[in-house]
Amino acid sequence: MSPQPNRRATGGLIDRSVSLNFSFDGKQYGGFAGDTLASALVANGVTLVGRSFKYHRPRGFLTAGSEEPNGLVELRTGARREPNTKATTVELYNGLAAMSQNRWPSLAFDIQSINNWFSPLLGAGFYYKTFMWPGFLWEKLYEPLIRRSAGLGRLSMESDPDSYEKVHAFCDVLVIGGGAAGLMAALAAGRSGARVILCDEDFRFGGRLLSERTEIDGTPCAEWAANVVAELDGLPNVTLLPSTTVFGVYDGGTYGAIEKVSDHLETPGPGQPRQRLWKIVAKRSVLAAGAIERPIVFGGNDTPGVMLASAVRTYVNRYAANPGKRAVVFTSSDDGWRTIADLAAAGIEIAAVVDPRLQVAPSLGDIAKRAHAPVFLGARLREANGGHALASLSIIGADNRERQVRADLLAVANGSNPNIGLTNHYGHRPVWNEEISAFVADVLLPGMSVAGAAAGRFALADILRTGADAGAKAAEDTGFSATMPPVPATTADPVSATPLWHVDKSRGKAFVDFQNDVTAKDVALAAQEGFRAIEHLKRYTTLGMATDQGKTSSVTGLAIMAELTGRSIPVTGVTIARPPHVPVAIGAFAGIHTGPHFKPTRLTSGHRWAEENGASFVEAGQWLRPQWFSRPGEMDWLETVNREVLAVRNGVGICDVSTLGKIDIQGPDAGILLDRVYINMFSTLAVGRARYGMMLREDGFAMDDGTTARFSETRYVMSTTTANAAKAMSHLEFARQVLWPELDVQTVSITEQWAQYAVAGPNARKLLQNLFGLAIDLSPEAFPYMGVAEFEFGGTTVRLFRLSFSGELAYEVAVPAHYGDALIRRLMAAGAEFGVTPYGTEALSVMRIEKGHVAGNELNGQTTAGDLGFGRMMSKKKDFIGRTLAARPGLVDPERPVFVGFKPVDPSRRLRAGAHFLGLGKAATTANDEGYMTSVAYSPNLGHWIGLGLIKHGPERLGERVRAYDPIRNGDVEVEICSPVFVDPEGARLQHV
Amino acid sequence: MRLPCPFCGSRDLSEFTYLGDATAARPDPDAPDAASAFFDYAYLRDNPAGPHREYWYHAQGCRSWLTVERNTRTHEILSASLASGNVQ
Ligand SMILES: [Zn+2]
Repeated sequence: MSPQPNRRATGGLIDRSVSLNFSFDGKQYGGFAGDTLASALVANGVTLVGRSFKYHRPRGFLTAGSEEPNGLVELRTGARREPNTKATTVELYNGLAAMSQNRWPSLAFDIQSINNWFSPLLGAGFYYKTFMWPGFLWEKLYEPLIRRSAGLGRLSMESDPDSYEKVHAFCDVLVIGGGAAGLMAALAAGRSGARVILCDEDFRFGGRLLSERTEIDGTPCAEWAANVVAELDGLPNVTLLPSTTVFGVYDGGTYGAIEKVSDHLETPGPGQPRQRLWKIVAKRSVLAAGAIERPIVFGGNDTPGVMLASAVRTYVNRYAANPGKRAVVFTSSDDGWRTIADLAAAGIEIAAVVDPRLQVAPSLGDIAKRAHAPVFLGARLREANGGHALASLSIIGADNRERQVRADLLAVANGSNPNIGLTNHYGHRPVWNEEISAFVADVLLPGMSVAGAAAGRFALADILRTGADAGAKAAEDTGFSATMPPVPATTADPVSATPLWHVDKSRGKAFVDFQNDVTAKDVALAAQEGFRAIEHLKRYTTLGMATDQGKTSSVTGLAIMAELTGRSIPVTGVTIARPPHVPVAIGAFAGIHTGPHFKPTRLTSGHRWAEENGASFVEAGQWLRPQWFSRPGEMDWLETVNREVLAVRNGVGICDVSTLGKIDIQGPDAGILLDRVYINMFSTLAVGRARYGMMLREDGFAMDDGTTARFSETRYVMSTTTANAAKAMSHLEFARQVLWPELDVQTVSITEQWAQYAVAGPNARKLLQNLFGLAIDLSPEAFPYMGVAEFEFGGTTVRLFRLSFSGELAYEVAVPAHYGDALIRRLMAAGAEFGVTPYGTEALSVMRIEKGHVAGNELNGQTTAGDLGFGRMMSKKKDFIGRTLAARPGLVDPERPVFVGFKPVDPSRRLRAGAHFLGLGKAATTANDEGYMTSVAYSPNLGHWIGLGLIKHGPERLGERVRAYDPIRNGDVEVEICSPVFVDPEGARLQHV
Repeated sequence: MRLPCPFCGSRDLSEFTYLGDATAARPDPDAPDAASAFFDYAYLRDNPAGPHREYWYHAQGCRSWLTVERNTRTHEILSASLASGNVQ
């Protein structure tokens, strides 16, 4: 591996004993453990890292953190390729492969940098002005053109191969940010015994303390931070989450955070997620997210080699990587001056210190003196020169003379913006603080306090003190008694700043928003064209709308607009940050809920038996139900289903009906509750009997149907459709708790507690008698149609219902769910001599259509009891939910389509559900629409397709022919209206003896 | 968002389902104006910006229907009680 030319031999928080190899644009480099991709590139002397969005200008790193606008790369390859990744936040790993973005054919030679010369066309609002007309060219010409030339990184277009996790966590105090303030807050709260979670986006706690050379309590500050982290690590009530960014604040003290679990590995380990999404519920939180330094807008300020002073110190101090050999410091803040000493200590020559202020504190002058740095006060930079790398800078002195200074590094300091995006997440706008020339949080979110630089406190002593205060207060608020940890000793650091937003009369492009290529001139154009409101400025110029969301640009753009329009900054306005604070992969929000895990899968207790017997399964809500049981030699599903139907009608079959909703209803007023939710009477139902019932919504439309059995004076068991089980439960609870709380009745869902099988066919009684023997008398006299019984058998309780969905002699047998597997096996054994046949939902459906029973297709939320032929079932003796509105004119209109059967005039024709009915010879118009087909099936008993549906005046038109028109599937079949009961209309088979 | 279920304590929104306006009572079905009263009850709902009383169902918890007073602008929960009126 080639040596790292800009890496110093000693110092920094890197582990030189662990060498890491990586590639950038295909070229191999070396770095060390503890590096970021950005610091490793700096150590290798790579200054050109990307091309800009619009003008394709060469760009280098502006920052060393998550606010980076320029250094976006495509990380990894293949399906794992991740575009727009900030190299400044990527922890270096062995084998890392990164590519630069926005360049063609190569980073050094980019054809579209010619845009730079056509830039007058690409100024503010260019999207709106240039591509106004003609509109049809958008799709074909403009959009592909813009996407190609102005796109960011490329997606892999493959599915994400990694997995993600979600974690729910609860704590008393959440500390956001692990710098000086956050560490003190966590310490104060942690020592009190409060449950503390400390998150930091960096893979190492310490924040700015990792990048500065000051001392705390006589210890180098990075070492002090490590000691605090060690103490926190030893506290069982403190959870440390490095590499974890809090990205959103939600209602009720809920915080979203994203943890990079294995982003520092080439691929995640087996079973290891790539990232983990934390949903943290915290009683209190301390925002200690620090501050973000601001650039100064002047000509060529995007030339590679121009960096924020804080970033320069990070590369030099934390990573022992020198970003240049000869530097200029351009600062309007005291804080910028500390860079001078650090550069000197790193062996970097200082060509000039330029400060627009006419006077600075004498202590600052001393720093420059010790570094032998020429100082220009009252001065500014007019232009940075150089193509791919900074070469020289022109300084305009207080005397207005212009000087050229040779330099390959410029450190820019212009004060800092507190990092308070999270405090905006409820829609609160920050307020301008004139004293620090920055926005600070105004209305704090419930339970949240702000400390340290995020609170606009920039002196280290203040940062430590406000952090400790906030942590102790938060712990006390949650019921712990905190003692303030002593605030450690620090040396005084001057923090005054007089920001210089924009250098007047600078030459060349002066960038405000580096990532979206918005210049000072664009802001001026927006002002000139009347887009002066801050939200207009943002949208007209796209300032602050790139992936960095304006972290280094929004306030500067606003300040320039204020200057141009002669208004103060607070009058000009402020934009607010919305979640997420940083981009979060969609996969992280999905977590493990992908593919079949998108929702839970519910299996009945007979599932394994069905699998063993060749069932094909179908999803019914969350349930998997056997759809049919294919046998060898069967050509298609229809052949299988026909066999199953005929087997039931001519012998006996068994179907798993466990998924139907079952609700246990108990109490002296159980019958009254049922009377009020069903359209028909249940309080009069005899014990030991079941009755079919239909329930309506309060708006009068049908909601669900099923049978309800009475096992004692005070106990009923209701069945609902599979699809509406949860809805019916919540409906019953609403009726019981909200509408009529005076009723003495309780309800509980027992759907999953009971396995239930339908045994249907002429041999059903014989089969059950075979199984139950003397345990129950199944003779028609003792156990008639709609009879129910509960008895003990084989050491458990059995519930038996004589119900029939198929129209055959049929029963439903229920046992506690853990006996479900045993029951199906015993039923099959008992039926072996009758050739018992398991059947699935498809055969079930064919038989219910043959019998004209309504199901989900008919109970579709648009039909009334009257539409479905149950009008006369609606009791007139009582009130029930939906009764009043079911009687309104629109719902009793005789023109409403009504439930009947349909058969094809040509028996060879197939019917389709969804077809609409038209009079013969009538045009296919909405005005001629008479209704629609709801359910169809091939009836093996009749040898042709049959259908159920709704048509105007249906029961009065039996025998009439109409068109079943289905333009989507080219269907146009002549059908005859008939009774919906196709098989055994007398119901004789039910009573088979 | 979190809701303070009187029975279960503070619980995540995902455990609840929402029904809406809890200020309207089911009308008297025998009243002479029952038809129009039920029409109002079923269809005409206020959607105030600010404090509002709503029904929430703790479907994934104790299955209690709750009357929750919520500020619809801020999602601040002002109170939560069992809709049955029972006191836990
Ligand atoms: Zn609850």
